Amino acid sequence: MKKDEVPQDDANLLEGKLREPCYALDENGKYTTVKSVGWDPKNVIIQDAWKAVNEKIEYTKEQVEEGVLSPIAYYMEKQLMDVSILAAYTGFFRWTVKRHLKMKHFMKLNDQKLAKYADVFDIDLPTLKNKELL
Amino acid sequence: MSIDFQHTQSAHCENGVTSNLLNFYGIKLSEAMIFGIGSGLFFSHMPFLKVNAIPVTSFRPLPGVIFKRAARRLGFKVKRKKFRNPQKAMDELDLLLEKDIPVGMLVGVFHLTYFPAPYRFHFNAHNLVVYAKEKDRYIISDPIMETPESLSYQELQRVRYAKGTFAPKGHMYWAHEIPENPDLKSAIVIGIKKTAKDMLHIPVPMFGAKGIRFLAKQVRKYPKKLGKRKAGQYLGQIVRAQEEIGTGGAGFRFMYAAFLQEAAEILQQDWLNDIAREMTETGDVWRSFAVETARIVKGRSKLEDAYNQAADILMDIADREEKIFRKLEKINL
Repeated sequence: MKKDEVPQDDANLLEGKLREPCYALDENGKYTTVKSVGWDPKNVIIQDAWKAVNEKIEYTKEQVEEGVLSPIAYYMEKQLMDVSILAAYTGFFRWTVKRHLKMKHFMKLNDQKLAKYADVFDIDLPTLKNKELL
Repeated sequence: MSIDFQHTQSAHCENGVTSNLLNFYGIKLSEAMIFGIGSGLFFSHMPFLKVNAIPVTSFRPLPGVIFKRAARRLGFKVKRKKFRNPQKAMDELDLLLEKDIPVGMLVGVFHLTYFPAPYRFHFNAHNLVVYAKEKDRYIISDPIMETPESLSYQELQRVRYAKGTFAPKGHMYWAHEIPENPDLKSAIVIGIKKTAKDMLHIPVPMFGAKGIRFLAKQVRKYPKKLGKRKAGQYLGQIVRAQEEIGTGGAGFRFMYAAFLQEAAEILQQDWLNDIAREMTETGDVWRSFAVETARIVKGRSKLEDAYNQAADILMDIADREEKIFRKLEKINL
């Protein structure tokens, strides 16, 4: 890739926080770095990956509203976690976390346990208790 | 209190931290140089190892390996520490900063506040350097960012104790013995030989040039085996690893070519410039693989043909890289 071929296709995936150095050839065929804000094919693929994540969040939300899954399941998806990551953050066993993902077990949880989840998810305890899905 | 730590942005965090730390101690080596000496170029595809239910393809060795190899080959010594107690991890950091020692550390990116949101997921092997504490904020040289950043005590502690795969557990490291005149030439040769060996001779089909062919075979099966949506995600994951922040484009291939150009000059071996040219071409082919994949993801091409075409590109790349490293493995001082 030559210096003037480094793509600058901005899809705001970097939110203006940085530009990425790309290695490219200068006029003399020597390598240098050029800062790039993005590249179309890459943007398409990253956006597609996020679409899949968001679909899963939406699906989980519906399941919570139907009373099958618990708000913990929703926030877990929203924080891009899986059961083992959430277990590591809360200190609960994986099988315990798995139970808490179901609404019927969630209803029996005490404040102390809920507070642990709320803390990991960066939300207030009442929000979680009231099954608000932010 | 502040030290004269020069922050330079780099493509990849691990090379960047190494390069910035060495620079602080008076050894000026580019990111590409560190990458080459540390044998940073690699390929692996392990279908059974999954992240978010998608197989992992990687263009680099495991996190930490590049740094470790570069340190060994250049002869500088590093002290490392992990802590069970988060508060102790922060206290020890403060002690080192008081002594004006810049400290490298591993962190998770999910809670890294200055990172762009679309890139914040549970990846725990990100490297950065903390080099000062001013008014209760830690001054951070994060090689991915263009300028230095800062984090509060809580924010830093949180990313140092991220959980999940490769949980950093407060892991930090700092230079402890710096060589006067590192033997650059032999470090380069050792680095190239190791990369060639890993790209050609690992007796398992999932690594190196063989690994690329193995992936090509899998890709041909994707549309039938997985269906349209999932197949697109599998293919997309390869390109994400290839063009992720930190690769410098084309799965580090351009960065490696840059290294070969520098090596040609230092070793006075002009043929390495020719190899750098071939490596650049290979990088360009990797980019065309990304273009093809994006077309598939957007749903603009006929399915089965498109996956075969993507696989053909991969086979072409495998041949090119095999040829390159067959030549490179014969390098001598």
